[in-house]
Amino acid sequence: MSVPVDTAPARRRPADRPAAGLAASRARRRRSTGTRLAAVAGVVVVLFAVNVLLGTYTVTVPDFFRILAGADIPGAGFIVLENKLPRAVIGLLIGIAFGIAGAVFQTLLQNPLASPDIIGISYGASAAAVTAIVLFGAAGVAVSFSALVGGMVVAAAIYLISRRGGVAGYRLILVGIGFAALMHALVSFLITRTDLRTASAAVLWLNGSLNSSTWDRATVLAASLAVLLPAAAVLARSLQGLALGDDAAAGLGLRVEAARLGLMITGVALAAVATAAAGPVAAVAFLSGPIARRLLGNRPSLAMAALVGAVIVLGADFVAANLVPGTSLPVGVVTGALGAPFLLWLLATANRSGRGG
Amino acid sequence: MAVQASLPRQAPAAFHRSTRGQTLGKLLLTTLILGLACLASLTIGARPVSIPTMLEAVTAFDAANGDHAVVLSRVPRTVVGLLVGAALATAGAALQGIARNPLADPGILGINAGASLAVVVGIYLFGLSSASSYLWFAFAGAGAAAVAVYAVASLGRDGATPVKLALAGAALAAGLGSLTSAVLVSSQETLDAFRFWQVGTLAGRGWDVIGAVAPFLAVGLVLTLVTGRVLNSLALGDDVARGLGQNVPLARAVTAVGVVLLCGSAVAAAGPIAFVGLVIPHLVRLLVGSDYRWILPFSALLGPVLLLGADIVGRVVLPPSEVQVGIMTAVLGAPVFIWLVRRRRMAEL
Repeated sequence: MSVPVDTAPARRRPADRPAAGLAASRARRRRSTGTRLAAVAGVVVVLFAVNVLLGTYTVTVPDFFRILAGADIPGAGFIVLENKLPRAVIGLLIGIAFGIAGAVFQTLLQNPLASPDIIGISYGASAAAVTAIVLFGAAGVAVSFSALVGGMVVAAAIYLISRRGGVAGYRLILVGIGFAALMHALVSFLITRTDLRTASAAVLWLNGSLNSSTWDRATVLAASLAVLLPAAAVLARSLQGLALGDDAAAGLGLRVEAARLGLMITGVALAAVATAAAGPVAAVAFLSGPIARRLLGNRPSLAMAALVGAVIVLGADFVAANLVPGTSLPVGVVTGALGAPFLLWLLATANRSGRGG
Repeated sequence: MAVQASLPRQAPAAFHRSTRGQTLGKLLLTTLILGLACLASLTIGARPVSIPTMLEAVTAFDAANGDHAVVLSRVPRTVVGLLVGAALATAGAALQGIARNPLADPGILGINAGASLAVVVGIYLFGLSSASSYLWFAFAGAGAAAVAVYAVASLGRDGATPVKLALAGAALAAGLGSLTSAVLVSSQETLDAFRFWQVGTLAGRGWDVIGAVAPFLAVGLVLTLVTGRVLNSLALGDDVARGLGQNVPLARAVTAVGVVLLCGSAVAAAGPIAFVGLVIPHLVRLLVGSDYRWILPFSALLGPVLLLGADIVGRVVLPPSEVQVGIMTAVLGAPVFIWLVRRRRMAEL
């Protein structure tokens, strides 16, 4: 088989180095991974603060804490509590969710392109949501709910159809492509058949937007992630085993099929709840994994992918909200434009690691 | 699928299921099917024409005969379907070969995204409104995007590796897609024109469009069709290919030029049609195994069959209007594809 495998290659390990040196270098690497994670986490915190405090309406740090403590500052209190804070929280959470979902699928299927937005799961959500918008005139929560159901149903269909005495990753990818094409065709068809205003609304939703963020949405999202994130953390270990290939993973004592199913359900659920909260924000799931891998010297890491996802969404939303005075662009318009050049730059400069990939 | 490093790659020969004679027989049959698809494309439509009348129109054209005029008007549409289908499928097969990725398609080198952005800019800034005025914008956008992807992927020590190509292409596609959306959400008039171009259609393309893209298509077809042997050795991995005496970066670059010419002309002529380039090569692998010397010509023949078939169904399925070919290819092709993938053991790349 010859699908390019973007999993950790045999790490360069000088064969003649004594065991003590090996342990030392391992410890060094662990430390440097920790440092880098902390650094990116710091960026996430800074961006979160920037989103809440700066922008069209600026709040000072002392004021912010006074508002949180319950002080009533006319105007500022409402904007921070009902607008900026839920928006930033949702941005943070969907960034984490998309980042992990993408990295899970990319590692699991051993293909850097196999993120949920490319193998059909996000398209399932989009098709359901656009159907709801165009055919039933839905808006708000109804659209979110259709997206959630659509994503789950399509993911289940892909899994069940590609299942045949165990899911072969290759078959799953191909079935996913088939569904992606069908769903994409459905979306295009509806958009060409409806009137321009509805088409505009659908395109807006398809871009993914944080403009209608409320605490209700943030709460639902946070509650879902409270279940899904620990699950992802537990399953991350088996993911590393599966990344070595089914045979090697089975040799390591892993229950391959169960682990894979668990990971897929977690990944799909993460992508689906995030899509329900803000729409299929473009490319976050695809971009986070490869960027995270390169930041860590070509090793897959769900934690790093989650942080990178959060950085992309929070950074993009600040730009989207403030780029054009008076209007707030959908965040999905900026995520791709912001994240893609960074990945391209990483690719262009990644000539030290032998594979460059 | 298994990990690259832990299993030896299987040589393409392992997937050979048929003898040369059988394959030639299949080639003949496929050509025949393509011929039938062309005839059907001339006869079926909102105004059906009987086969004898159609043959008469082709052999002894009578300008006063309404049926003959209908057939004449369907000729450029059929030719566009033929060219675009062949271009997309061949380009898809070659791309999956050089990127060694089953997800590779003309969308993946950022080609469709580049063309889309250029067309959107054309509509938004210059008020373009017709298929032939989009042509050069689409072509320029496709070319510029492909060059950028290849340049980024080629930087670094070992040149354009499959992973870097795939990632650079998908990343650029995401970035350009963002810019396209930015225009579309802020200008309804642009969205109104763009949504119809974006689905991909064969309708309304005249001889001027065909004449403009044909030279590029011809060069692209020649460049990709002769690379079968090269792609076979690339499929064994860069190291083995190098050991077999291939100049890997050169081989990849030549194939990529062919692919860009093909995809650029296809998207310029008919809009971004994604499904054909992605799926036909996989179907062809079911038919002839994983020898690119066969995959490429079979793709060139089967691509137009899918595209013309979808176009014909699209003309009659929802009268009085037509469903665009870009939608019908997926609606017709995807279920068949999913069924085949489930049923058969796939010949992996």
